[in-house]
Amino acid sequence: MLKQMEGSRAVAEAVALCRPEVICAYPISPQTHIVEALGEMVKEGALASCEFINVESEFAAMSVAIGASAAGARSYTATASQGLLYMAEAVFNAAGLGLPIVMTVANRAIGAPINIWNDHSDALSQRDSGWLQLFAETNQEALDLHIQAFRLAEELSLPIMVCMDGFILTHAFERVDMPTQEQVDAYLPAYSPRQVLDPDEPVSIGAMVGPEAFMEVRYLAHAKQMEALKLIPAYAAEFKAVFGRDSGGLMHTYRSEDAETIIVAMGSVLGTIKDTVDEMRDSGHRIGVLGITCFRPFPVAAVADALRQAKRFVVLEKSMAIGLGGILAVNVRMAVTGMGLKGYTVVAGLGGRAITMKSLHALFRQGEKDELEPVTFLDLDWKAVNKQLEREKAHRRSGPVAEALLRDVGIVGARNY
Amino acid sequence: MSFQPVKFYQTGTFTVGNRLLPPEERSVQSDSKRFNSINSGHRACQGCGEALGARYAIDAAMEAADGRIIAANATGCLEVFSTPYPETSWQIPWIHSLFGNTAAVATGIAAALKVKGKTGTRVVAQGGDGGTTDIGFGCLSGMFERNDDVLYICYDNGGYMNTGVQRSSATPAAARTSTTPAVGAEPGNVFGQGKFLPAIAMAHDIPYVATATVADLRDLEAKVTRAMEIRGARYIHILVPCPLGWGTASHDTIRMARLAKETGIFPVFEAEHGEIKSVLAIRRPLPVEDYLRPQKRYAHLFGKQPRIDVIAHLQAQADRNIRKYGLQARKGGH
Amino acid sequence: MFQVRIHGRGGQGVVTAAEMLSVAAFDEGRHAQAFPSFGSERTGAPVVAFCRIADREIRLREPIMEPDAIIIQDPTLLHQVDVFAGLKQDGYILINTSKTFDQLGLGDMVRDWNPARLCTVPAMELALKHVGRPVPNVPLLGGFAAVAGVLQLESVIKAIEERFSGKVAAGNVAAAREAHAIVKAEMEQAVKGDVTHA
Repeated sequence: MLKQMEGSRAVAEAVALCRPEVICAYPISPQTHIVEALGEMVKEGALASCEFINVESEFAAMSVAIGASAAGARSYTATASQGLLYMAEAVFNAAGLGLPIVMTVANRAIGAPINIWNDHSDALSQRDSGWLQLFAETNQEALDLHIQAFRLAEELSLPIMVCMDGFILTHAFERVDMPTQEQVDAYLPAYSPRQVLDPDEPVSIGAMVGPEAFMEVRYLAHAKQMEALKLIPAYAAEFKAVFGRDSGGLMHTYRSEDAETIIVAMGSVLGTIKDTVDEMRDSGHRIGVLGITCFRPFPVAAVADALRQAKRFVVLEKSMAIGLGGILAVNVRMAVTGMGLKGYTVVAGLGGRAITMKSLHALFRQGEKDELEPVTFLDLDWKAVNKQLEREKAHRRSGPVAEALLRDVGIVGARNY
Repeated sequence: MSFQPVKFYQTGTFTVGNRLLPPEERSVQSDSKRFNSINSGHRACQGCGEALGARYAIDAAMEAADGRIIAANATGCLEVFSTPYPETSWQIPWIHSLFGNTAAVATGIAAALKVKGKTGTRVVAQGGDGGTTDIGFGCLSGMFERNDDVLYICYDNGGYMNTGVQRSSATPAAARTSTTPAVGAEPGNVFGQGKFLPAIAMAHDIPYVATATVADLRDLEAKVTRAMEIRGARYIHILVPCPLGWGTASHDTIRMARLAKETGIFPVFEAEHGEIKSVLAIRRPLPVEDYLRPQKRYAHLFGKQPRIDVIAHLQAQADRNIRKYGLQARKGGH
Repeated sequence: MFQVRIHGRGGQGVVTAAEMLSVAAFDEGRHAQAFPSFGSERTGAPVVAFCRIADREIRLREPIMEPDAIIIQDPTLLHQVDVFAGLKQDGYILINTSKTFDQLGLGDMVRDWNPARLCTVPAMELALKHVGRPVPNVPLLGGFAAVAGVLQLESVIKAIEERFSGKVAAGNVAAAREAHAIVKAEMEQAVKGDVTHA
């Protein structure tokens, strides 16, 4: 059914349709509306047979999910930013134990300096945790990915993060097609755990493993993620059969068939990129888009195939490997090793910096002419940066960096439009 | 008290099984059909108080729950010695997740059982004092505050023994650990620090809080049994001497636990909804020196120049416990 | 694509207004995307919300930098925040006020503006009158329906009724209708040239 609603609400309703049994919640912007909505559904009885637990931290949220999942319950939580880092130890643990928890990450920057706005630093900091990571482009896809995620997680016995851009998607009101309970029930079977804490068949979960078997346990987690590379497209195809739309999968290409330049990105910025590419196509540019939906496992072969015919690729990412450049870019470069492609890394949109069509037009034109630096920082305020560098040269006690920059550029959040 | 106290003169021995008692009054552990939840063959040190305490506590919980217990276990000695891959001593469903999240994992298990209508299966969480009073405290307090249906058992040996005897917030004053060495003007752990978690648990107004030691194992069993009669958050704090960390003989574990109680160093009581309901009385209080002297972690108090001042300070702490918890048996009482 | 930017202060229902605009557009079978400026939404702080309306899927995620219309819920923002930044020439301006553009000190700015695109409505008074609360967002939406011809009043009313219920809904509907009538009259007069705002 078509509805005009907030992204967070849409995800909450989709999660509810998946019949979760235990939901744990700890407030952090911008995921809060999701668990608020779920909490209300549980309390008013609309979401029956579900325990909603207000925990005291994100670390507890993931830990409660671990316990619930190990006891055989379909478990869900949501977080963002500092919250994801605060639960990091339990995030790795959930994956190591092979517990199919589904978690929404409403992507947000990581401090310091504290910043509530969107980028992908939080999720990408956990890229090697053993979780699958799916990135939504729209609220429709965010909603759909949650339904696919429960099925995928439970089939693989691995946890999944569904990542959606904080505020840009979570707080956006837009049209979504909300599936029916019957559709979701037809697609998502009941949870049948591989391991469960059960007095009738006692097992020990989480025993200490020494050097004699640790690598094997780790390799098996890798092997399962490789298996996911096959399951994800298959489940997306089944999803289309039940729900009638393309959603999920490993990645999406857009106007890339004859493209010389392909822009690679993840998440909601793909929309702005596509609009830009449409305009450039209209004026004869051979440019296309590769949107990565599945970041973990990283679809190395599929990415290589998608980029094979191009002359160059520009990875535009809302994340940064400080001291190196890009994170997504490194993964893409790994996929095209030996293919002789030119590749550029563009770090953009950190901490909610708006990514505009105007800037993208200029950037992509530079890219086409191979005029980009290996690593570019889109719309970086060089004046502010250089001023601070000068200040640090001039004074030993130059003070806190963030405060100095804010004095130079104005108040927090002053440039949101 | 919910069980028949056994007078030592009745048995003439401190033997734990009390086989001289009528069968219905015997301990869970003396029953040949006991659950053996944590089986023999584990790798605990000789004389490990924690292994003993866990064996009694979990078997008593199993007895109370008709064999339907799921346990969550913090990282620490108990976890390490009971599950060296690929072996496990646990005959019950058991999960170890992390050091600091055991109470929350137990909350999750309890939630799953509730939602699935399996409320006949009960949840026990357990950890050492480090995993309980320090790194796991946030999750524990959260579990208490929500009154989740979990029995949390802390095996308190007064330090991080698994990592080589470092100080925890349950390490007693003046005790030597690897991180509070017996050097300087004030050797050992600092006075005025540390916390007594049972009192903090009581402050959460949870339905049941009790302390116990491995010296009074029938009392320990009775408290676990009582705790299992109640729904909601329950906490039992068991003093479990550690021969390695305390520097005591392996055969002295139970004696040390008894001395901790008889000197007033460790008050043994039970409380419901924040109110103390009963105490294990001390018949003839012993001087703390009797408890301190056999332990190498206090050896620096008894050197060429005995630290009478420090011993007096510890005696004052014990005396305060006796007053505060009303531990002294009434004259004319048993 | 028609792009609206709404300025107000935390507590005035700025974000709600953008969301309701999008719902009204959705009810007309159109695509719409509403989103807040994210962040300082504390009571009294300047808040911005956006709404795009189009006849095809809206993929663009950049903030609205060149709006077709601006709704100003709180005139005290006029000289604090650059509310008109990027507004297209002859874009629509709707201000919650009982003053004229001249009285607000905007006379010079809008001197060459198409007068039919400059509207004011005493939304706060209408809200107090009909709803009993000083929340000007809904009456302004009623007024907006009269301004640009992008949305029908009835769609706005439907969106109000989806959002609120009972007395609050009825009051807001009444306030929106009155605001719509006021703005419509203003615009008709402006087209006739009887009144110029400048």
